Amino acid sequence: MTQDDTLQQTLQSALATLGAVSGLTRLSGGASQETWRLTLTTAERQSQTMILRRTPGGRPRPVSETAVTLDVEAQVLKACHQAGIPCPRVVWTAGPDSEAGSAYLMDYVPGETIPRKILRDPEFAEARKVLAHQCGVVLARIHAMPLSTLPDLNRMEAAGQLRQYRDIYDSYDYPHPVFELAFKWLEARLPESTDPCLVHGDFRNGNLMVGPEGLRAVLDWELVHMGNPAEDLGWICVNSWRFGQSQNTVGGFGSLESLLKGYAEAGGRAISPEEVRFWIAFGSLKWGIMCMTMYKAFETGADASVERAAIGRRASETEVDLLNIIYGTALT
Amino acid sequence: MMDQPSLAEIIRAVRTFLETKAIGELSGHTAFHARVAANALAIAEREVTQGPQADQNETARLKALLHLEGNLETLNRALCASIRAGAIALDDPQLKEHLTASTIAKVAIDQPAYSGLQIARSALTGASHP
Repeated sequence: MTQDDTLQQTLQSALATLGAVSGLTRLSGGASQETWRLTLTTAERQSQTMILRRTPGGRPRPVSETAVTLDVEAQVLKACHQAGIPCPRVVWTAGPDSEAGSAYLMDYVPGETIPRKILRDPEFAEARKVLAHQCGVVLARIHAMPLSTLPDLNRMEAAGQLRQYRDIYDSYDYPHPVFELAFKWLEARLPESTDPCLVHGDFRNGNLMVGPEGLRAVLDWELVHMGNPAEDLGWICVNSWRFGQSQNTVGGFGSLESLLKGYAEAGGRAISPEEVRFWIAFGSLKWGIMCMTMYKAFETGADASVERAAIGRRASETEVDLLNIIYGTALT
Repeated sequence: MMDQPSLAEIIRAVRTFLETKAIGELSGHTAFHARVAANALAIAEREVTQGPQADQNETARLKALLHLEGNLETLNRALCASIRAGAIALDDPQLKEHLTASTIAKVAIDQPAYSGLQIARSALTGASHP
């Protein structure tokens, strides 16, 4: 019996009250947590595609220092869905003691997440016109989530995150003069402390479910935290997430003006392009160090794939973007 | 002295095999990883041809900037320490020129089609590139 067969049986018994499980398929995305697609058929013979998130081995711990546990992720999703934010509806959760391990089941939202398709395919031409504004609106609503409806989340401000990423970078002991420059540049421009709000943490092209009409759902909530709302606005503008369409600041599909306009219209606080620029640089540095981290999995033998090896060579793209921000005027 | 083919030619032969023959016969995850593999070989090919000159230029600039001798890694570690200690100003023109030239050379090997590379070439060096 394969591992998938075992999981199929475990899930079938765990989900028995909901219906019959079939077509269990491991999805490629989401390397840090297991994500599966399955079909759930109810007693009334209604079939629905669902998405299962599960901690590998059923362990409840988060997969990295910055990620939350699946349990917290599900609680945040439930609260946001309840508040009308476009995100998948959670229908079932299981704690670490359940036979399925730490897991939750949510509705599958149909659409496209592959950035290059969203940026190029004719069927998304209309979506591209409205996406940046829609992202602004949705971000304002995420940032306005009442804290009383949310689980306890770590507070991560710019200064603390910079220290954290500096420690990670230092631990690799491999010289990157441009990263040193970026740390200094960012440390000299730290934003003033703001009232903390819910920050998605990975709001970018690639984690947005998009239909021909526009944004359908925000996915991948494992990096949620309390922090500065401008962090989310900067992250979606990082050049790596523009997938070649640098002239379109927001995700390669829209303008910063549209994003900020949508954000303000939905009640978000005034955020200046200069503030976004700080967080774009911060995001580029963070992504560069994340590339080093992913390469480390290859170096240590934890993941011997050519993909893990090759991603180390993407750190340099963030260096050229950092120089364009620090020494140039580009990227906003 | 090694015989022909050169290292660059060996890498090119394997990459071309992957791109024109193997990938078309594969599907799903294996096809994806084969494309990643071909891309990794393209990086290796460019590094074999462009790397030695880039390293030589970078070493020369670092020696002039830091007034130090040493190999490329030692010099880069010294530059990192100098930036971190605040011994060199972030807007030092020689630092800017060095980091720009080194990073452009690096990305030209790693990802020559990367959008940020074209921006850096035109905005940071003043050179015009297509």
